[in-house]
Amino acid sequence: MGDARIIPFDGSAGGARGTGARGSRRTPRTARSVAAAAEPAGAYGVDEEVPVRESAARRRPGGHSPVRAVDTPADGPADDPGARGGGKLFGGLAGALGGTLGSMVGGAARGLADGLAGPGWEDKAADGLAFVRRRITGDYEVDEFGFDQELTDALIMSILRPVYDKYFRVEVKGLENIPDKGGALIVANHSGTLPLDALMTQVAVHDHHPEGRNLRLLGADLVFQLPLVGQLARKSGHTLAHPADAERLLSQGELVGVWPEGYKGLGKPFKDRYKLQRFGRGGFVSSALRTGVPIVPCAIVGAEEIYPMIGNFRTLARLLGLPYFPVTPTFPLLGPVGLLPLPTRWHIEFGEPIRTDAYPVQTADDPMVVFNLTDEVRETIQHTIYRVLMQRRSVFF
Amino acid sequence: MSKVVLVTGVTRDLGSRFARMILRTPGVERVIGVDAVEPRYELDGVEFVHADIRNPMIAKVVASASVDTVVHLSPAETPPAGYPGTSTATKETNVIGTMQLLAACQKAPSVRNLVVRSTTAVYGASPRDPAIFEEDMEPRVPPASGWAKDAVEVEGYVRGFARRRPDVPVTVLRFAPILGPTIASPMADYFGLSLLPTVLGYDPRLQFLHEDDALDALRVAMTAGQPGTYNIAGSGILLLSQAARRLGRPVVPVPSPAVGLVGQGLRRFGVANLSAEQVRLLTHGRVVDTTRARERLEFVPRRTTAETFEDFARGRGLRGLLDPERVGQVPDRVASLLLTRRSSDG
Repeated sequence: MGDARIIPFDGSAGGARGTGARGSRRTPRTARSVAAAAEPAGAYGVDEEVPVRESAARRRPGGHSPVRAVDTPADGPADDPGARGGGKLFGGLAGALGGTLGSMVGGAARGLADGLAGPGWEDKAADGLAFVRRRITGDYEVDEFGFDQELTDALIMSILRPVYDKYFRVEVKGLENIPDKGGALIVANHSGTLPLDALMTQVAVHDHHPEGRNLRLLGADLVFQLPLVGQLARKSGHTLAHPADAERLLSQGELVGVWPEGYKGLGKPFKDRYKLQRFGRGGFVSSALRTGVPIVPCAIVGAEEIYPMIGNFRTLARLLGLPYFPVTPTFPLLGPVGLLPLPTRWHIEFGEPIRTDAYPVQTADDPMVVFNLTDEVRETIQHTIYRVLMQRRSVFF
Repeated sequence: MSKVVLVTGVTRDLGSRFARMILRTPGVERVIGVDAVEPRYELDGVEFVHADIRNPMIAKVVASASVDTVVHLSPAETPPAGYPGTSTATKETNVIGTMQLLAACQKAPSVRNLVVRSTTAVYGASPRDPAIFEEDMEPRVPPASGWAKDAVEVEGYVRGFARRRPDVPVTVLRFAPILGPTIASPMADYFGLSLLPTVLGYDPRLQFLHEDDALDALRVAMTAGQPGTYNIAGSGILLLSQAARRLGRPVVPVPSPAVGLVGQGLRRFGVANLSAEQVRLLTHGRVVDTTRARERLEFVPRRTTAETFEDFARGRGLRGLLDPERVGQVPDRVASLLLTRRSSDG
């Protein structure tokens, strides 16, 4: 297989255009590497291997003329007795596409990509194509909550990462308070009209925790009722804020994130910023007590100012079945442009874990213990927020 | 020990296979199959009684044969497309038939064991319920119509029976949608469509149970002597989009208000029976916890959800327009054209 290696030709934009001569000179070697790569993969159809091995050198140089390129792969599936109607058509089309585009684009794209992306691009491209292959054939695993680890790592995180790094320039502290393994419940303050704070916390843990753990968020039922949103939420590992789901995840040793203020925190007016709202009924504490996992308080500063909510269209919200309908200085005044959050600078700080395994399991049903612990967590978060606010130089820098 | 077993719904796929299977079980002397329609399969060795369980005649059958084990399979199955019977008749058979059967069992002192087949559809499907259902959970949005509601009612009557005859162990098995190479089911009809209608913006989590595992579960429930309610499903899940890709069938996302129309159209042409319940399942999905069956019945399905689906697709020769083996060639081909330097040794 060593002979499949070829010396890269210098990638310049000019090289990309000279497909005629260079492309054809390269193809025999390309073809050999195809056959070599095909065997371990074991996924190539007959239509590819046969022409490549026998007559790559004879056919490929002519591959620029669409007519000859079409007949090359199209007779492949016809020889294959197993090919069925739809598949034959599809295979033929794909083959034809591959054949014509192959020699034309192949050389061009190689030259171009070498020039643009540097020498490391081939590995990346190969990984990307392997990813595409798994996705389109359904060959990936999803856990019983609908969490699609591969999609999250490859796609969802790479969409959120620039927002985290470049837009909100999040500064994260105290990640060492999150255990490296085993269940833990992260409890944070909620703000910002849209739950971007939860997503940013997920990125913080995923990208910056030494173990790169997945934070499984607990969301409101509205999230899962909405088309597309609910689907994406499940795929990125979120589930319903229900004690059954929370306790199942925690006892499986997952890291769970909860924003107990819910809509009361998310949709509070701008004048109430950084004032923690009621922490639900302390259900999250009961779940932690029942599973014996530590509670990690988390303070998020910066999310309050992304959509300063100065009003609330209550009637419209009721009509749309939403908990609130925000009015910000830019929304709905500027329409969709007003949906752009303000580029504030964020601080996320994880505090010392509060252990719950010292309590007997029955205390989960003891309202006094539950309320006390809830208050302890709430106070810790509130004090951390005040401290970070004092240290913060500016909202935006 | 089960000597005389009465199986209802014996003319259907699951019923006939189960009746023939337990006939070979040691200790079983007689298997009496009951159904309202004539059997479509050869029921070799199984005594068939053409009786409608809605009719009090069933009591005579139970008493005269001194039946000791009753396996009630007929409820909670939507007739697959093309199956005779209207929805009203199905409901009557499900609910009234169960009442009659239980009344007969209650009066017959010979009855020592009752196994009822139910469905995980009793949990409904909604975005407001937890992701994974355990047997004791009450769904926030219980099923409002169709066979799922029938199943809820049937289970209610079965619980009533268990209270009145505490000496009879009652086992209720809630089956996930059954798939397999041979069995007819609404889910199999759905995946048989060459274009799969889906609900726009939703990608439900689905769980399947292989037909062989369903039979095994019934056999275990009959002999284990561990009364209770059990979820029975293959482990793991598949997303609908994932299942469609593995099958190679293109999906047609339909906005949720128009889904009813599509369902009606499919019913009219007799290709699939997309009931309201099934649409809900295909919108929000449903996953159940099978720990209890594993621990108490010591029953673990041999096939996972993904393996069940694979066997179903292969057994039926279901490979759609976008056959994964062919579609998968596209990125391979692109890779072979673009990537020359990458070989397996480097």
